[in-house]
Amino acid sequence: MELSQDQVIIEIRDLKTGFGDHIVHEHLNMDVRRREILALVGGSGSGKTTLLRHILGLQRAKAGSVKVFGEPIESYTGERRLALTRRWGMLFQSGALFSALPVFDNVALPLREVRFLPEDLIRDVVLMRLAWVGLTPQDAKLMPSDLSGGMVKRVALARALSLDPELLFLDEPTAGLDPQRSDEFVNLVKALHKQLGFTVIMVTHDLDTIRDLATRVAVLAEKRVLVEGTIEEVMQVKHPFIEAFFHGERGARALGNTKLGTVG
Amino acid sequence: MPSNDKFLIIEQSGVCRICGLWDVAALSIRGEVDRRRKLLASIKDPVRWLLDEGTRLDTVGAQLLWERWGKSLPKDIVLSDAQRDLFQIMEQGTVTEPLPKEKVNFFGWLEKLGAGIIIGYEHFMALLAMLGLLGIDFLRFLARPLRGPWREISAQIFRAGAQAMGITALVGFLIGVVISYLSAQQLALFGAGQFIVTLLGVTIVRELGPVLASILVAGRSGSSITAQIGVMRVTQELDAMEVMGISQSQRLVLPRVIALAIVMPLLVVWTDALALLGGMIAAKHELGLEMTWFVEQLPGAIGVKNVWIGLVKGMTFGAWVAMVACHFGLRIEPNTESLGKGTTASVVTAITGVILIDAIYAIIFSEMGI
Repeated sequence: MELSQDQVIIEIRDLKTGFGDHIVHEHLNMDVRRREILALVGGSGSGKTTLLRHILGLQRAKAGSVKVFGEPIESYTGERRLALTRRWGMLFQSGALFSALPVFDNVALPLREVRFLPEDLIRDVVLMRLAWVGLTPQDAKLMPSDLSGGMVKRVALARALSLDPELLFLDEPTAGLDPQRSDEFVNLVKALHKQLGFTVIMVTHDLDTIRDLATRVAVLAEKRVLVEGTIEEVMQVKHPFIEAFFHGERGARALGNTKLGTVG
Repeated sequence: MPSNDKFLIIEQSGVCRICGLWDVAALSIRGEVDRRRKLLASIKDPVRWLLDEGTRLDTVGAQLLWERWGKSLPKDIVLSDAQRDLFQIMEQGTVTEPLPKEKVNFFGWLEKLGAGIIIGYEHFMALLAMLGLLGIDFLRFLARPLRGPWREISAQIFRAGAQAMGITALVGFLIGVVISYLSAQQLALFGAGQFIVTLLGVTIVRELGPVLASILVAGRSGSSITAQIGVMRVTQELDAMEVMGISQSQRLVLPRVIALAIVMPLLVVWTDALALLGGMIAAKHELGLEMTWFVEQLPGAIGVKNVWIGLVKGMTFGAWVAMVACHFGLRIEPNTESLGKGTTASVVTAITGVILIDAIYAIIFSEMGI
């Protein structure tokens, strides 16, 4: 890519959100840089998914600004919004596969929406995406209702990758997967990231996923991004949530081998 | 932005340089893929490939080169490490086995016809089983009325009954006006204008009121019941009920059937009243019949037995609509297509059934001589 590594592609300033009287975010600031894998962590109800929805333009802020690729998200309308949607891919928490379409058509849909791509090219591209996520051409005929939870996640990832996005959103990518599948998923995203060089923003509770995948962590607490940085930097911060999340027993188990003396 | 045309340069014989835009955006122009494919095919082997560092290449664009190269990296090629990585990942994703072929079936129509008959039979048997189960549940309910699902019944009565009063009133009134106008013209020809009271009274109270109200309720509440239960299947709520040992028949079907069986006769009376009002106004306008006279004549013209027939019909239609709606709701599979199909099937079956039951009633009553 001709663009520099450190370029900020998502910039959130002073964001305020709420549902009725309930305020979810207030004075929230966050930056996402090109090619990084940012993990969003936070307690249940701390608004991680809501933050993703803001970046995707699925939700309007009460105040503040969300800039994607240097422009406010609201300014993407019509043709420009369409062009933007081709630069990103989203893996929804429960997959959000189109239940009326078989696996193949689910992955092919974004490619067909581009128009003017011949069907044989689409077929090769789709089969390649499916092969990346470990699915065979036989699986392509299945309907989403016939898939197991892990397969739904993998098909959803294949669909999110179908247009070779620059920006990939993962909402709880490993939740509900067994440890082995979860490891496979992490390795897959890691390999694809290394070779395709996209930027990833993921919401996760899974410390193993964070340790193995994330290059940076943003902690959501007290209605804002409490701290952003590498996992080591984040762990230095004294805060009840961070203590409980990273230094608890689970944290010790998952991060025990990262040579961080403060564990325990 | 660089021009689209500069994507492939044949420098001299035997050297081909790839540059410019090779991503999805560049290919999504009509005919672009074909153009590049032809150009790539026209290059004769052996050739040395040069990939510019600045080429905007993604895996979709790379797919075209990949095809040309016969799905492996050519020996004589110069490319950057990042590009090599890209083709490596493409190699990992290259599938040799083809997509399973769709089987062509010449007797598909026959198979569909047979399947249709079998499915129809299954629906019939399932409805029959549901009716039996409902009967048992209803007896249990009568044995212990205090434990019955009263809250659910009253909620359904409000939703399917009270909230349907507006639309049934409007449709009933307009139909009353239309029938009255049409028959008034004919009756006036024979100077038999006063018979309009009997005509309107009997047709509306015995036939039109119950059928109209049921069709409206089938479209309004039947579809909503099917969709509601269907979404419960999609969100696994039905499975949750089963795991907790809560009977679907008792908790979902019975209250809806009871509620509609109670509320339909009331809606029928309401629709009848509004239709007769509409007819009365039209008769006054067209034939000059006084409204007070019309109202005085009405009880004698209709007769108590026709009122009872109308109410009994209303009750049966209500129970039928609720049963069909629940039946199709419970059979919905967890996908959007099935939800749509199920709701359509529910409304169509409910309305067809209402008219069928009405015809059966007509035969029974004529045999009985009433």
